[in-house]
Amino acid sequence: MSTPANNGPKSAFNTFNLVAGAILLVGLVLTVLRFTQGIGPVTNLDDNNPWGIWIGFDLLCGVALAAGGYTTSAACYIFGLKRFHSAVRPAILTAFLGYALVVFALQYDLGRPWRLPYPIFVSQGTTSLLFEVGLCVMLYLTVLFVEFTPAMFEWLGWKKIRKVVMKLTLVLTIFGVVLSTLHQSSLGALYTIAPSKLHPLWYSPYMPLYFFVSSIAAGMSMVIFEGSMSHKKLHRMMDEEYLKHHDGVVFGFGKAAALVLFGYFFIKVMGVAYDNNWHYLTSGYGLLFLTEILGFVALPCFLYGVGVRDRNLGLIKKASIITVLGIVFNRFNVSMVAFNYHLPASERYFPSMIEIGISVFIVTLGVVIFRFITTRMPIFFEHPDYKGDH
Amino acid sequence: MLRRTFLGMLGATCVGASLPAGAEAAGKEFKGYPGSKGVLFDATRCIGCRKCEAACNKVNKLPAPEKSFDDLAVLDTKRRTDAKTHTVVNKYGTPEHPVFRKSQCNHCLEPACASACFVKAFKKLPNGAVVYDESVCVGCRYCMVACPFEIPTYEYDEPLTPRVMKCDMCAPRQAKGQLPGCVAECPKEALVFGTRDELIKIARERIRRNPDRYVDHLYGEDEMGGTSWLYLSGVPFNEIGMREDLGTKSAPELTAGALAAVPMVAGLWPVLLGGIYAVSKRNSKVADEERKEAVENAIAKASAEAEKTLSEALEKADVANKRQIEVEVKKAVEEALKPAEEEEAENSEKEES
Repeated sequence: MSTPANNGPKSAFNTFNLVAGAILLVGLVLTVLRFTQGIGPVTNLDDNNPWGIWIGFDLLCGVALAAGGYTTSAACYIFGLKRFHSAVRPAILTAFLGYALVVFALQYDLGRPWRLPYPIFVSQGTTSLLFEVGLCVMLYLTVLFVEFTPAMFEWLGWKKIRKVVMKLTLVLTIFGVVLSTLHQSSLGALYTIAPSKLHPLWYSPYMPLYFFVSSIAAGMSMVIFEGSMSHKKLHRMMDEEYLKHHDGVVFGFGKAAALVLFGYFFIKVMGVAYDNNWHYLTSGYGLLFLTEILGFVALPCFLYGVGVRDRNLGLIKKASIITVLGIVFNRFNVSMVAFNYHLPASERYFPSMIEIGISVFIVTLGVVIFRFITTRMPIFFEHPDYKGDH
Repeated sequence: MLRRTFLGMLGATCVGASLPAGAEAAGKEFKGYPGSKGVLFDATRCIGCRKCEAACNKVNKLPAPEKSFDDLAVLDTKRRTDAKTHTVVNKYGTPEHPVFRKSQCNHCLEPACASACFVKAFKKLPNGAVVYDESVCVGCRYCMVACPFEIPTYEYDEPLTPRVMKCDMCAPRQAKGQLPGCVAECPKEALVFGTRDELIKIARERIRRNPDRYVDHLYGEDEMGGTSWLYLSGVPFNEIGMREDLGTKSAPELTAGALAAVPMVAGLWPVLLGGIYAVSKRNSKVADEERKEAVENAIAKASAEAEKTLSEALEKADVANKRQIEVEVKKAVEEALKPAEEEEAENSEKEES
């Protein structure tokens, strides 16, 4: 029998549960602090630096790293690469959790979080790129939820409604790619309004494109990275079908990521050329920029290429880690390091321990929910009742 | 049917949601509401008395400052507006020749904050003031990111009802026909209130009359698409903390490209992706058919060959069999004939004897 036995963790008091439990407990305390004291006392945000790590990491990185959902489902259902099918469910689940947590994390940053539906239902500020981000994220979260439901319905044994949802697969996938294109790029476009605040090496009219293209590389790298993490920790939940395809998915995504990073590298260089910003490359920010595009774009691109050529699984996994870190590095640079570059050092922002704590809390929450779902629902294995039904 | 309706709905929602934005952003150059008001600040006249700060505090019923407005030592440190201060005066230049500059919301003709706000909490009034409506504000602070003059501030210490705070050009006072608080209190006429067009004329006239006193530039006339507050100075503007690299594009112009791409993506992506899907499906169908055909051909060929070999083998076997039979028959005949021959021989021997 290829369906793994549902054993669950051996004991409730394993290291993972203890560490995660401690973090979640601290997170709850910080949450109480945030909502009783206000944003000011718990963060280092100020009038010059209205957006900190809660936007830079929780929102910008969260959304980029959840891009595996649309890239994987597009590869499988639109481009017809059926061999990626086993990777779709984990990717969709990750994306859904990613976006849900982005929205959850936003509650901490917003001054009046309960008004989050306002831009869509009360007063539509359609000239704002943030409006586009909000609308797309809301719709895409819904799409991801619907795309995720078959796994849940299989777990619950609701066959009829599962069948209905399965029929919507293609439409949902196309809808998902459209919405992802729009909001991934809009996150970059958010910063096009502030040319005077973002360092010229990062500011570009092409920023929406940069954010979109890099999200594809990020999404695929996350699928590889997460797949190998799950392989180690959740191996017992995987069936022969998943394991048989795992290496193929890694090679396929590695090849695609190498190509995307190659293209991304060139459009980044073209951005510098377009604004004739070459002279900035010799400055301190230039060094930062070069580190970003040589160390975190060109290098993983090369490593992916070599890894695919040599059928070297280890190298591809390393490249995926570098790419993921590179995306985080890039989003941090745009939102925090290169942003407000004109301000004197004393007025610059660095996150407070509480801000970092909340971000760690949210990531931990994501991992815990991911584990909860993957150890129960048919994510890494096919449900015995629906074998080969896709 | 379902798919087509759904795609149609998708297109309609996305395009519908983005069209007004795109249309507005890509619109013609906006040079402000006709007859809208503004304030001209003349840095050569400002003496840093902080009377405007005090007036602003009083008019807007803001909390009392730590140090009194009479304390001019405050000017020695650089300050910015905050949630309790809508305007500040800073001191620049040398101790012998100090230059003072007041800062507050510049009330852009096309405000970045209004363009950035996703709930339309900011509004440019026809009278020139940019006002804020806290009843819809979500507290995302994108307005603060967007403002090139770093003006909107936030009540960070307010856990439940934080507001964005900034100068509103005393819109309520204006409505009653009164001057903005700061303008009314200025003892040196460093602040002049009037229609923006008049102010531009006044400023140009001052520069024309005293070319040695002024830098030949009216700050705010074109910066970021133009602002309702205008500035004259005797020293370069970057020396009194004003950025000269902001350009003349308004905020909506900066984001127009990105917004204009939205309906195109929403319109074209489904077509493109649908096409890719159709091609890949067709390819896999053709591949399937070809595979099937090839398998059939192979089977047919193999069976034909097998038949041929069989019949050949049978034929061969037939021939071999025949030969064997012949041989056997021959043998049998020979053997049958042998005794007869022997008998014959015996008989002939007998006959001879």
